[in-house]
Amino acid sequence: MYDMSIVDVASWVVLMLGALFCIIGGIGLYRLPDFFSRLHGAGITDTLGAGLILFGLMLQAGWTLITVKLLFILAILWLTSPTSTHAIAKAARMSGQEPLVDKGADSAQGGA
Amino acid sequence: MAAVLVTMILALGRAVLGPTTYDRILGVNMAGTKTVLLIAVLGFLTGRPEFLDLALIYVFLNFIGTMAVLKFVEHGDLAHSAEGND
Repeated sequence: MYDMSIVDVASWVVLMLGALFCIIGGIGLYRLPDFFSRLHGAGITDTLGAGLILFGLMLQAGWTLITVKLLFILAILWLTSPTSTHAIAKAARMSGQEPLVDKGADSAQGGA
Repeated sequence: MAAVLVTMILALGRAVLGPTTYDRILGVNMAGTKTVLLIAVLGFLTGRPEFLDLALIYVFLNFIGTMAVLKFVEHGDLAHSAEGND
C-alpha cells in the first residue's frame, strides 16, 4: 500500500516535470528570435518533455504490456525526432539561412 | 494534459505565423509529437491504454510526413534521387 503510493508520487512528479519541459520548449519555439534557436526549443520538448511524460506513464502502468508499448514509442520517438530536426536544420542551412548569433556577439563584445 | 495542449497551441502558432517555410515545418513536426503525447495521456486518463497503438502509428506517420514535406520543399518533386542531375 505504502509502496504503491510512493510509485504514484514519483510518477506524478515525473509527469509534472515533463509538462514543465513541454511548456518551456513551446514558449521557446514561439518566442526565440532565430530559426536555429527555435530548433533548440523544439529539441527540448522532443527529448526531455516526451521522455519524462512517457516515463511517468510507465510508472503508472507497472510491469505490463503497456510499458512495453510505451518503451517502443519512446525509442522510436528518440530515434526519429532528432533525425527530422537535423534534416530540417540541414535543409534550412542549404537554402541559405544564416544563424544570426555570431555577428551580434562579435560586434557587441569585441570577439569574445 | 493541459500543458501538452498549451504546447500544441504554441507550436501551431509558430506554424501559422512563422516567417520561413522551415519554421512552419518545424512547428507542424512538434505539434505532431505533442499529438503522440496527447493520445498517450488521454488513453491513460480515460482508462483505455489501447490508445497507445494509435500513438505508435502516429510517431511513424509524423516522421515520414515531415521527411516527405521537407523533400518536396527542397527538391520540388518526391521522386528526386541523390545521384540525379542536381
